[in-house]
Amino acid sequence: MAPPSARRSGFSKKAQFSVFTGYLLAGIGALMGLGLLLLSLRQPDAFAPLRGVASDAVAPAGQATAAARNGQQSLLSGIAGYFRAGSQNAALREEMELARIRLAETDAIRAENLRLKALLGLNDKDIKPVVVARLVGSTATSGRRFAYLGAGRLSGVDAGMPVVSDRGVIGRVLETGRNSARVLLLTDSESVLPVRRAKGDVVAFAEGRGDGVLRVRLVNLGINPLKPGDLMVTSGAGGYYRPGVAVAIITKITPDGGIGRLVAEPSATGFVAVEPIYQPEAVAALAGSRTPLDAGPEATAPAKTPATTPTPPPAPSPSPEPASTPAPAPAPSGGRE
Amino acid sequence: MMERLNPNARSDPYGSRINRTQSPLRAGSVPWLSIMLGSLLPVLLIADVMPLMPQLGLLMLLAWRMVRPGLLPLWAGAPLGAFDDLFSGQPFGSAVLLWSLALIAIELIETRFPWRGFWQDWFTAGLAALLVWLAAIMLSGATVTPDLLVVALPQALLTVLLYPILARMVASLDQFRLARARRIG
Repeated sequence: MAPPSARRSGFSKKAQFSVFTGYLLAGIGALMGLGLLLLSLRQPDAFAPLRGVASDAVAPAGQATAAARNGQQSLLSGIAGYFRAGSQNAALREEMELARIRLAETDAIRAENLRLKALLGLNDKDIKPVVVARLVGSTATSGRRFAYLGAGRLSGVDAGMPVVSDRGVIGRVLETGRNSARVLLLTDSESVLPVRRAKGDVVAFAEGRGDGVLRVRLVNLGINPLKPGDLMVTSGAGGYYRPGVAVAIITKITPDGGIGRLVAEPSATGFVAVEPIYQPEAVAALAGSRTPLDAGPEATAPAKTPATTPTPPPAPSPSPEPASTPAPAPAPSGGRE
Repeated sequence: MMERLNPNARSDPYGSRINRTQSPLRAGSVPWLSIMLGSLLPVLLIADVMPLMPQLGLLMLLAWRMVRPGLLPLWAGAPLGAFDDLFSGQPFGSAVLLWSLALIAIELIETRFPWRGFWQDWFTAGLAALLVWLAAIMLSGATVTPDLLVVALPQALLTVLLYPILARMVASLDQFRLARARRIG
C-alpha cells in the first residue's frame, strides 16, 4: 500500500513547511534525548525524583500482580507436591530427625555463645526491619536489573538500606519515592557485595554478571580454597549489610574465585524486609572520606574512620565471629535444594 | 411496521453511519495511551535473571507507525520515550534519543521507498527494533559483557516475533479509535 496522498507535500509550500517542521522538532527531540542521556549517565540520580513519582503511580498495580504471582506460585508448588509425595515424605522424615539433632546441638552452641559474649561484654542488637513489603515490579525490558519495592520514604525506607528475604540478600535500595523504592538487585552488573564463606574466613566480592549469576572474586589470590556447594554469606564489610546473611552458593570454580547461584531469587519471593543500614556511621565515613582530599572543612570525618569502623573490604571483622550472628532467618542449609 | 432484516445493514466496520460521529477524544488519545500502556506493562513482571520482555512500548510505537503512517507526528518519539524512560530502568534520555532516531529513520526510508506491504513493514519494524535493542543495551549503564548479550538474545527474538501480533492489535485498536461513538443532532 502506498502512503496516502495527503502525506505527499507536492508543491504546496504549507505542506512542505509542515514536513520540515516535523523533521526539525524530531531532530530537536533526539538532541534533547542525547543531552539528557549524557547527563543521566554522568549523574545517575539526576532524575530520581521524577522516577520516584512515576514508580509511586505504578506501585498499586504492582501490589495486585505481586499478590497474584504469589498465589500462582503456591498453587503450582501445591500441584507439584502431589507427584513424588511418598518418597519425599520418607526423605523429609529422615531429614527432620537429623535436623532435630542439629537443633539440639545448636541450642548448646547458642548458650555457650551467649555466655562467651557476656564474658566479653559484647551485646548484639536485634535488627528490626524498617518495613516488610512486596517486590511490585522490575525493569524487565532493560539490561539493568532493578526491582521496585512497594514501600518508600513514608515507611522510612532510605537509599542504601539492604533488602533481604527470608532466604537471603535480595539487593540494596537505590532510590526512594513516597510509596515505592527502586532496588538494585544482586544480579545487576553494577552490584558488588563483600562476602565471605560461611565456614572459614575466605573473604571475597560477589559481583553481578548481568546474566543471573554472581561472580565471586577472592580478595586474597593464591590457592583457590572454594569448592562447589560452598555457601557465601555477607561479611558485613562496608557497613551496609549485617554479617552472616546468605548470598550465593558456589556452582563452578574459576581461577580467581567462583561462579555463584543466588540463594534468594527475587522472582520467587513474596515479602522482603528492608533493614536499616548495619553501621550508618561507617557508611557515612566511607562516603565522606572521598571529599576531604580536596575540600578541607570536614576535618573531623576522616579522623573518625580508623577508630570506629571496620574498614572496607579485606576487613578483619568477619573472621573472629563467624558463628556469632544473631540472624534467625537465613538458614544456610535451606539454600541447598 | 416493517422489521429490518439485518440490523447492521446501514453500518460499516466503524458503526452506524446515520446520526453518529467519531469521538475526537478517543480518536486522538488511543494511540498515545496504548503506547504508554505498552511501556508500563513489562514493569509488572519480576525479571531477576535477564531482560525478559521485549520493549513493548517501542513495538507499539513502531506498529502504530507502520499500520497508520502519518497518524503520530514525527516528534512523537521524544515525549513517549521520556515516559518509557521513567519506568524502563534505562538512564533517562536513552529512549528519547533512540525512539526519535528510529522514527526519523523510518520516515526517511519511507519517502525513498513508498510502496510497502506487510512483510516489508515487518522487516523494517523488526530491524529498527533490533537496532534500538542493541543500542539500549549499550547505553544502559551496565558493563556490557558477552554473557549479558547472550542472555538478552531471547528478548531480541521475541521483539521480532511479536511485531505481527502487535500490528493486528493496533489494527483493531484503530477500529476502536475510529468507531462512531457520538450521537449528533
